[in-house]
Amino acid sequence: MDDAIVLNYEISGEDFTRAGEASSDVKKKLKQMGVGPEAIRKVAIAMYEGEINMVIHANGGKITVEITPDQIIMILDDVGPGIPDVELAMQAGYSTAPDEVRSLGFGAGMGLPNMKKYTDTMEIDTRIGVGTKITMVVMI
Amino acid sequence: MTVKDAKEILGARVLVGEDRLGEEVRSACGSDMMSDVLAFSKDHSILLTGLCNPQVIRTAEMLDIVCIIFVRGKKPDEMTLQMAEDSGLVVLATGHRMFSACGMLYKAGLGGGAV
Repeated sequence: MDDAIVLNYEISGEDFTRAGEASSDVKKKLKQMGVGPEAIRKVAIAMYEGEINMVIHANGGKITVEITPDQIIMILDDVGPGIPDVELAMQAGYSTAPDEVRSLGFGAGMGLPNMKKYTDTMEIDTRIGVGTKITMVVMI
Repeated sequence: MTVKDAKEILGARVLVGEDRLGEEVRSACGSDMMSDVLAFSKDHSILLTGLCNPQVIRTAEMLDIVCIIFVRGKKPDEMTLQMAEDSGLVVLATGHRMFSACGMLYKAGLGGGAV
């Protein structure tokens, strides 16, 4: 793990227009590092969905991205309300996002399913009233 | 077809990326829900949408989309257009509604891409 590069981001929950800045930065950095386009695409989509979720549901949080020669690990950590029923939240189309979020083009209930779809592994550790930690891995 | 062909078919205006109209486009998707675009878009080059906010640009950026076409005469604000410029996207605007705009491009040979 000596070759690991670690990137840290603070995600603001205040400003929806800025959501995605961290994902955009990671995408650019991976490109500079010469990571293959398919892995970049998976990381970009999964992290962007996660970042949007943090802003919509958890008033922001922290994202750590660890890049090693063979995998990219994304850890999304928030102190939001937690997910009461993870199985339900994983169903495509299920969403608790308010109408104002839908009017911004999100909240179709595809966030978590998309994150799972585009990553090799995804673990959700959530506690009601404490927060949610999602760890996603994309193999290079 | 190229972005320029799409522009001419739709009688669209170029808002960003006048110098990049020669780029090749192979398939397109149309949606106002960015979640759905992220879920179902595979290798699309064009995104047609009536949604007008910075997340449209971010979504396009994540998916390596070449060109965004705003339908129904929508025009995003300066900040959104600047983001598109920084991301190297082409942005077009057409007065046509979503259904018509998609249909015109489809009829001209632009596909919906892999499912």
